[in-house]
Amino acid sequence: MTSSAMQQLYQQIILDHAKSAHGAVAELSALDVDAGAAADGVRQAQSHQVNTTCGDEITVRVGLTGTGGEARIDGFAWRGAGCSISMASASVLSDTVQGTTVAESEAMLDLFREMLRSRGTIEPDEEVMGDAAAFAGVSKYPARVKCAMLPWVAFEAALLQLR
Amino acid sequence: MTFVAPPPAPARDQTSPDQTLSADEVLRIRNDFPVLHQLVNGHQLAYLDSGATSQNPISVMEAEQEYYEQRNAAVHRGAHTLAFAATEVFEAARATVAAFVGAAENEIVWTSNATEGVNLVSYSFSNASLGLGGPAAARFALGAGDEIVVTEMEHHSNLIPWQQLALRTGATLRFIPVLPDGTLDLTAAAEILNPRSKLLAVTHASNVVGTINPIDDLVAMAHAAGALVFLDACQSAPHLALDLAALDVDFAVFSGHKMLGPTGIGVLYGKAELLAAMPPFLTGGSMITTVDMQTAEFLAPPQRFEAGTQRISQAIALASAVDYLSHTGMGRIRTREAELGRRLVEGVTAIPGVRLLGPGVGVERIGLAAVDVAGVHAHDVGQFLDEAGIAVRVGHHCAQPLHRKLGVTASTRASTYLYTTDDEVDRFLAVLAEVGPFFGVPR
Repeated sequence: MTSSAMQQLYQQIILDHAKSAHGAVAELSALDVDAGAAADGVRQAQSHQVNTTCGDEITVRVGLTGTGGEARIDGFAWRGAGCSISMASASVLSDTVQGTTVAESEAMLDLFREMLRSRGTIEPDEEVMGDAAAFAGVSKYPARVKCAMLPWVAFEAALLQLR
Repeated sequence: MTFVAPPPAPARDQTSPDQTLSADEVLRIRNDFPVLHQLVNGHQLAYLDSGATSQNPISVMEAEQEYYEQRNAAVHRGAHTLAFAATEVFEAARATVAAFVGAAENEIVWTSNATEGVNLVSYSFSNASLGLGGPAAARFALGAGDEIVVTEMEHHSNLIPWQQLALRTGATLRFIPVLPDGTLDLTAAAEILNPRSKLLAVTHASNVVGTINPIDDLVAMAHAAGALVFLDACQSAPHLALDLAALDVDFAVFSGHKMLGPTGIGVLYGKAELLAAMPPFLTGGSMITTVDMQTAEFLAPPQRFEAGTQRISQAIALASAVDYLSHTGMGRIRTREAELGRRLVEGVTAIPGVRLLGPGVGVERIGLAAVDVAGVHAHDVGQFLDEAGIAVRVGHHCAQPLHRKLGVTASTRASTYLYTTDDEVDRFLAVLAEVGPFFGVPR
């Protein structure tokens, strides 16, 4: 009875990321107490976000070296509990932004958000978006857009603190 | 939309008060609920979320429309014909609801919803704690050393207003724990309820685990300790014959939209002598006798607690819903829902990787079952069911402490009502069994 609609929403990439999530840590303080990183001038911030509809939550912690748009994401970790969409999204976010510049990660965030708000009308460029393109199907389910956005919103809020 | 005309229902006098609803009767009932007859994602809708909100029969919608078409006017004021007509049906609605729950008319206060009823009592207690209401209201006054007792099973609506009351008054909030099987720990309750207890707030039936609590025992314990009892009847008033006077609870609340009525209307019950002694919460128009620039005298209950323009059409529609339930028979609805609950419980416990929250097979419950699917988040379970046209509730169902106690953050709940068919329950069970495999959970 499994419909193709379900398979479009829950793409294998999403199920795989949900099952073995990248960048997930048991304790966020692991990133925090990296004295070496601190000595190298890494600035850190974190943000906790909750989806009040379902209680999903996530905390994203970001390390940044340098300043402005050319600052680089140097350390990314998250901890959370939630549905497969939100957990897979956090995993993909981790893969996507590690080592990129702030400008690059913000551009990706804009693309991701635009795709999710498109109600299925935007066909993502897999070359550009990588695994994040797998979430295109989520945009047809307005109730689940928040799930996919949750980690990205946390990431955005953490970055904002370092501006 | 095509309706198949079912055979005529048996005459009422041939039916025992507790006889279940036949499959034909359920089909006939379903014809009164237009919303049920639609496709969702290409499948006939199976509405299994009546625990959150129930659907309205045509008669309820017509009652509201008839009021606006023919009688709409301000109640309890004005000397014109329409104002009389409106007041008459508004008060008749109160009488209907009062009779439905074994109460007197002056013991029924209209509220916007059940939550407002809880807040009304908690703020009236606050006001009494400040000395308002004089010596008569002293019995509601709380302070340091006093205890408010709730249970770990409560909906947030019957928890947070009491937390806030404790914070405002300096009273201590205590709670009766839930046992792993989803029942209340009555041994602990006997110790927790003591002469410092001023109030016990407890739900009649759990919106998560479906347990029907032993209210007789709890009332006896609370009253022996000198505490008042506040009953959350949101999950019982729609599903079983409720006699508040026989239960001897002091206050109770329930909501219209969970019992075939509209949103925007709830009911607070209070024993007449208690309401008469209690200071008001909301104040303003329609609840006073004489007013000068510094003071006001208040009307007797229930008007004392009904400040401002009332929810007239909603009250009338709720009375129509109550008529519908009474005509069907609450004993029959309870029997039918016990069957549905059993079908759900037996079904979910037979699915590998699905854990039922609350009492297992053989324990009476209201017609609902909340489950945890191993390795799959409730939101994903709900999405999968929705794709098959099956509407269930996912999340913490406004009972985070209970979920925490049961070791989960969220669950998937199927809840039934008098219009639920066996086939809908079976469809839910069949699709639920596919969830684990789809998400790649090893058997």
